[in-house]
Amino acid sequence: MPALLEAENLEAQYGWTKVLHGLGFAVESGGITAILGANGAGKTTTLRAVCGMVKTAGSVRFEGQRIDGMATEDIVRLGIAHTPEGRGTFMELTVEENLRLGAYVRKDRGAIARDFDRVYQYFPVLGQRQRQQAGTLSGGEQQMLAVARALMSRPRLLLLDEPSLGLAPLVTREIFRIVRAINKDEGVSVLLVEQNAAMALELADHAYLLETGRVVMSGSAAELRKDDSIRRSYLGY
Amino acid sequence: MDIFIQQVVSGLATGGIYASLALALVMIYQATDVVNFAQGSMAMFSTYLCWSLLQAGLPYWVAFVATLVIAFAGGILIERVVIRPVENAPILSIVIVTIGLLVILVSVAGWIYSYIQKPFPSPFPNKPIKIGNIVFGAHDLGAIGITLVVLLLLFLFFRYTTLGLAMRAAAQNPTSSRLCGIRVGWMLALGWGLAATFGAVAGMIVAPVVFLDPNMMGGIQIYAFAAATVGGFTSPLGAVVGGFLVGVTENLVGTYVSFIGTELKMTVALAMIIIVLLVKPSGLFGRSFVRRV
Amino acid sequence: MARVGGAALKTAGLALVLAVACALPFAMSGFRVFQFTQVLIYAIAILGLNMLTGFNGQISLGHGAFYGIGAYTTAIMIDKWNIGYGWTIPVAAAVCLVVGFLFGRPALRLEGLYLALATFALALAVPQILKYFEHWTGGSQGIVLSKPKAPWGLPLNEDQWLYFVTLGVLIVLFILASNLLSGRTGRAIKAIRDNHIAAEAMGVNSALYKSVVFGVSAAYTGVAGALSGIAIAFVAPDTFDVFLSFTLLTGVVIGGLATISGAIFGALFVQFVPNWAQDISKAAPWAIFGIFLIVFMYVMPHGIAGFLRLLWIRMTRSAVMRGKAEGEVQ
Repeated sequence: MPALLEAENLEAQYGWTKVLHGLGFAVESGGITAILGANGAGKTTTLRAVCGMVKTAGSVRFEGQRIDGMATEDIVRLGIAHTPEGRGTFMELTVEENLRLGAYVRKDRGAIARDFDRVYQYFPVLGQRQRQQAGTLSGGEQQMLAVARALMSRPRLLLLDEPSLGLAPLVTREIFRIVRAINKDEGVSVLLVEQNAAMALELADHAYLLETGRVVMSGSAAELRKDDSIRRSYLGY
Repeated sequence: MDIFIQQVVSGLATGGIYASLALALVMIYQATDVVNFAQGSMAMFSTYLCWSLLQAGLPYWVAFVATLVIAFAGGILIERVVIRPVENAPILSIVIVTIGLLVILVSVAGWIYSYIQKPFPSPFPNKPIKIGNIVFGAHDLGAIGITLVVLLLLFLFFRYTTLGLAMRAAAQNPTSSRLCGIRVGWMLALGWGLAATFGAVAGMIVAPVVFLDPNMMGGIQIYAFAAATVGGFTSPLGAVVGGFLVGVTENLVGTYVSFIGTELKMTVALAMIIIVLLVKPSGLFGRSFVRRV
Repeated sequence: MARVGGAALKTAGLALVLAVACALPFAMSGFRVFQFTQVLIYAIAILGLNMLTGFNGQISLGHGAFYGIGAYTTAIMIDKWNIGYGWTIPVAAAVCLVVGFLFGRPALRLEGLYLALATFALALAVPQILKYFEHWTGGSQGIVLSKPKAPWGLPLNEDQWLYFVTLGVLIVLFILASNLLSGRTGRAIKAIRDNHIAAEAMGVNSALYKSVVFGVSAAYTGVAGALSGIAIAFVAPDTFDVFLSFTLLTGVVIGGLATISGAIFGALFVQFVPNWAQDISKAAPWAIFGIFLIVFMYVMPHGIAGFLRLLWIRMTRSAVMRGKAEGEVQ
């Protein structure tokens, strides 16, 4: 069965600098895949490449259809949601408006209203701060808002960029717990990019290790957790 | 006291014109960091088109609404055709393009319609309206009314419609907007369309007073800059409040300060710009930015 | 290898341009010589503005004011005190240097748009101010001067003499600018443009540099104004309006932001293209000019000098240089 998302020979560059070199990876339908690596390895660039936010070469397929070369706003309409690095919150808009924008591409009014309830169930703190300006939320709350906004589009694939960045471990744990719940209960596949390898490997089924724009290791999360070199370089013990 | 109120109302009427044009300037600046120097001449050209429609026999309000629609379409067209090819160029290059547009519009208007001033009708009767002891011009009150209606519609649009929300989002954060599926390019075009519409409103309100000619909006655009500076170039609400403030101040200063005759009237606008820039550059409603490096 | 060849080619090119420039006034009519003198004058003014806006990132919509101050300084000195025109040029430079520096200080807190607005207001005010101080400036009538003759019995008519005077001043000023804008000072100036907070963090006294650059930039434009007063032999308030400031800014952008050669290209554009536009269409010449402006920006968004630089890089085909140049052109 073909994977939900498949990248082959993916290359990406910023201006004249090539950042990704012949990447290949896949996300299975219903699964959680993690991309690990140190700072500057190209993890964020990978997600941006999938979404058409950087200049790419090579192929990216979503549900069998090629999406490389498409504009970001069109890729997103196919059922992919991207929570960007830094969360991409609309700071000057309210929490509720941020969520409404998440549902922008949808036309089913009634279902959107129900999804608001669903999202507030996952993240009660957002429900409490509906009319508050998003820029005044704490880092953890903004991260929740970003994930919630992504959910509002009812995606089949969720791209999560460094959700733990700048957050306390407890908050991160909470977010990861919710991501697992979303994956199990709603069947949303996840492509997770993370520096925090320990947490990522707990959550994911499958993982890739990136070093300077190349995949240097891949396998099931269980395998990678047991691997000595990864333990020493990335898990710190 | 009566004179005071008269001048205030008169100032609010001209202020409404400044507010409309300032709003147009701020809308585009907010979304693109570009000051559209052609805003006034776009308004002038729209007003000439209205004049043509009136010459063709259309009743005033039909021509008015038709002009708004044409201006809207024209604004979208200009953004997609003229601005889009340079949208990634340095800001100053885009500004030069708007200057080119300004010059083209004035020149073409002069070519088609000549530089001779033309009278432009007001939909409001010429006779004055008496409220209590004070006499007001019907056109002044009508101008204030139209401005307020347009602003109200705009406010409702931005606050309560999805499209309005999407436009606000696209102006604030284009990258995140794309991730929500918003077609940012078209949102910009819509912004230009709306801005052109406000400009047209300003043009059609002021034309009966100053008479229609290709250079009609030059001085008004300067006042619109003052309005946007006073209110804050990053705040649409500020642009509107600034417009009314500038209009009223200009009138009051002109009435009560003796050595400011009609010649030095523009000095008021300039003085307001300088004072605001010295005291609080971001204007009354603008935000001072904290930049992260 | 490409670098060495490049430098030699550059020097040869400059020498050629200089030779042509010196030969010009003998090959054409008096009016044409006058036009080219005006080109040289604009080039000095545009270089001044480019220093401030292109290299230092401070946008000025009011440099016409300094042009006017320079012109009137010259006119008043010649008309009221009978001072030789040659002496008026450094005085005009000094006056504008001081005024520019003084204006630059309070303007320090203003960024981008706000500085543009402040200078715009300045530009609007200048004609009014000039008319107001009638006793000195001759009010709306302006001041009439006489064209200087070539000294020491040189076989040059007035237009040719003025051309060479202007050329001489231009060469001196361009060499000065070139030295100022390369090396440590130039890097500091550009650093302030690109990221003034980081520049400060590295020890650059941003406030001092910005004010000084403002002053120097004003001085250059003031010299241009002085020369124009001498060349045209007449100054009047309405010449130095907002339109002039926009013309100078147009020259900067068309020529190429943050380039020295761009000043010449920009000056040629603003002097001759309006005339061509009139030749093309008597009825709506400014429409043609506007179209020229827009098309130029489409084809060369970084100006003529920027375009030529890109062309040069592509031709020498050095990938390393390309990466570096693209980064700069950004």
